[in-house]
Amino acid sequence: MEEKYITLAHGAGGAKSQELVEQVMLPAFDNEFLRQMHDGARLNLDSGKIAMSTDTYVVQPLFFAGGNIGKLAVCGTVNDLAMTGAVPKYLSVGMVLEAGLPIDDLKEITKTMRKAADEAGVFLVTGDTKVVGKGSCDGIFINTAGVGELIAGADISPLNVKEDMDIIVSGTLGDHAATIMSKRHSLELPADLKSDCAPLNHLVKKLLTAVPQIAVLRDATRGGVAAVLNEIASQAKVGILLEEESLPITPAVRGFCEILGFEPLNLANEGKFVLFVPPQYTEKILSILHADEYGKNACKIGTTNAISRGEVAMRTPVGGVRIVDMPAGEQIPRIC
Amino acid sequence: MSSEALLQKIAANISRPVRFMEVCGTHTVSIFRAGIRQLLPENVELVSGPGCPVCVTPNDYMDRAIAYGQQKDVIVATFGDMLKVPGTTQDLNTVRDNGGAIEIVYSPLDALQTAILNPDKKVVFLGVGFETTAPLSAAVIKTAREKNIKNFFVLSAHKRTSVIMRALLADPQVHVDGFLLPGHVCVITGGAPFSFVSQEYKIPTVIAGFEPLEILSAIYLLSRQVKNGTPLLENAYKSVVHRGGNEHAQKMIGEVFDDVTVNWRGFGAVEKSGLAINDAYAEFDAEKMVAVEPEKSRENPGCRCGEVLRGLIKPPQCPLFKKVCSPEKPSGACMVSIEGTCHAWYKYGQGKYAYGK
Repeated sequence: MEEKYITLAHGAGGAKSQELVEQVMLPAFDNEFLRQMHDGARLNLDSGKIAMSTDTYVVQPLFFAGGNIGKLAVCGTVNDLAMTGAVPKYLSVGMVLEAGLPIDDLKEITKTMRKAADEAGVFLVTGDTKVVGKGSCDGIFINTAGVGELIAGADISPLNVKEDMDIIVSGTLGDHAATIMSKRHSLELPADLKSDCAPLNHLVKKLLTAVPQIAVLRDATRGGVAAVLNEIASQAKVGILLEEESLPITPAVRGFCEILGFEPLNLANEGKFVLFVPPQYTEKILSILHADEYGKNACKIGTTNAISRGEVAMRTPVGGVRIVDMPAGEQIPRIC
Repeated sequence: MSSEALLQKIAANISRPVRFMEVCGTHTVSIFRAGIRQLLPENVELVSGPGCPVCVTPNDYMDRAIAYGQQKDVIVATFGDMLKVPGTTQDLNTVRDNGGAIEIVYSPLDALQTAILNPDKKVVFLGVGFETTAPLSAAVIKTAREKNIKNFFVLSAHKRTSVIMRALLADPQVHVDGFLLPGHVCVITGGAPFSFVSQEYKIPTVIAGFEPLEILSAIYLLSRQVKNGTPLLENAYKSVVHRGGNEHAQKMIGEVFDDVTVNWRGFGAVEKSGLAINDAYAEFDAEKMVAVEPEKSRENPGCRCGEVLRGLIKPPQCPLFKKVCSPEKPSGACMVSIEGTCHAWYKYGQGKYAYGK
């Protein structure tokens, strides 16, 4: 392409639109389903039961340590499908581009999307692009939707959570949000701090196949672990008690939180999930997690109980207990 | 000493109900975050005093800041805490949503930078805080003079903690058996401004650090003074607080500010409790240099922040608490700041714990 920047012509449906599809989208996403080049993709699914999910990504900055908006868009929907107990198969991609977006940035984003899709084992089978005037969006917004096949035997629902279950997180907390916010506020980033954005579907499939007794899984994105736990406590009507000393938090994220007054439990993650399981399976779950790159820092962080139903609390290092409430909405806007 | 050992000693020292007050928002948060209140023996009560700078900032200050935010030629630079503090009819957040230029900064130096980058605008920095942040404002004002910057102004709401403690103790309604003195403030001022509490009012005082164990140690020292009947000024934060404080910072405050009578939320006008920019630096004083017409201020009649700030009631005793007043939609300043008493009660437990000790 001759131009260096997206223009309104790229969204007008004519030759320029075609050029964008042929020179940027197709080379990046190419697969047999997309190559049908029809109004929609015809797909194959073996199982009768499928899951479907969609999410839209508006993150700023577009590029950050550990990923970019494209990686988030693929991993986010892949992970949402995985958390419902499905094996993700096919994704659609809708993009809103702001006139003036460098085409090299777009190429970088699509390349990353393909890489994440390959790792997750999903195909990007259909797509759409719109261009809006400068100032009407923030560089690029991406929507992905996906379908997946449900894993036989797994039954994922917050209503399966009962008292005396163990609560496990798959790794360190807050890395994504700390990375994004540090960059947004131009704070110097510790060298080892990067977004945890990753596709978790293979790990989740291993867990659900080995231990179908897992009551519920949820990825701890916006609102962090605190939001997930509060939702589950109120849906399942159980009490939750965490042990503050067992929370896996890197020194970089801990320092970041101390400086800016954030709560690590409220920070968004893009490659971590919370899992509830009867205690006799905890050891088996942890051994599977620890053998995987995306679960190597997993640990048990607390238990459910019948004492304080609907409420999440945490025992502190000096032995006191405090409430962990639902994070208030707008304190950390737009990080995923 | 371990937390268990400290708690046992506190219990052994205290034989009658006592109320200890912390006068620093960071202490309030740390106490709640660590769950210290429910670890203490039942006859030891912790109450929060006027230690949160955002909380004690009265409506008339906010109304003036809001009026600045509505002026086309002004950029208001502020710590993020102030955005949601209600003025008489609105807050800075609303002003920003309606197109007002409100910039969040992490240090007064950022505000000065904004002024340098926007020479056609007047940048008004909201200087809020006690003796801890006042030296920073003073330093930036001096830097602005050195750099000859003409479009940078500070709207000072800086205040002195020691003076408000005197006002607090003069109130016959207030009853306190010991004070956790604010460690960070004492880093600047040293202990001397607080020595009147133990000497004139015969109330135990301990300069406290901020880690849960440091707070428990300080409470233990208070309990020992109560038991011995010997009110003192003890320093439990020796690694950080030196006897004379930070003389350089004190000098900065003295160079740029005068001690004046100012309004406190919950206390009204208190003599020599505020720091106003003095005549030598008047060119940086927003109040003198940047004209504006704020709306007529009045306080929310239902809000009982004033009594909360004097330790007279606990947040759940306020009729607005949790009903109409929450961190998302605060009616009073004590619910806005992360360091506010109402916010801490709301966020960390509202005083109810199902798990016992």
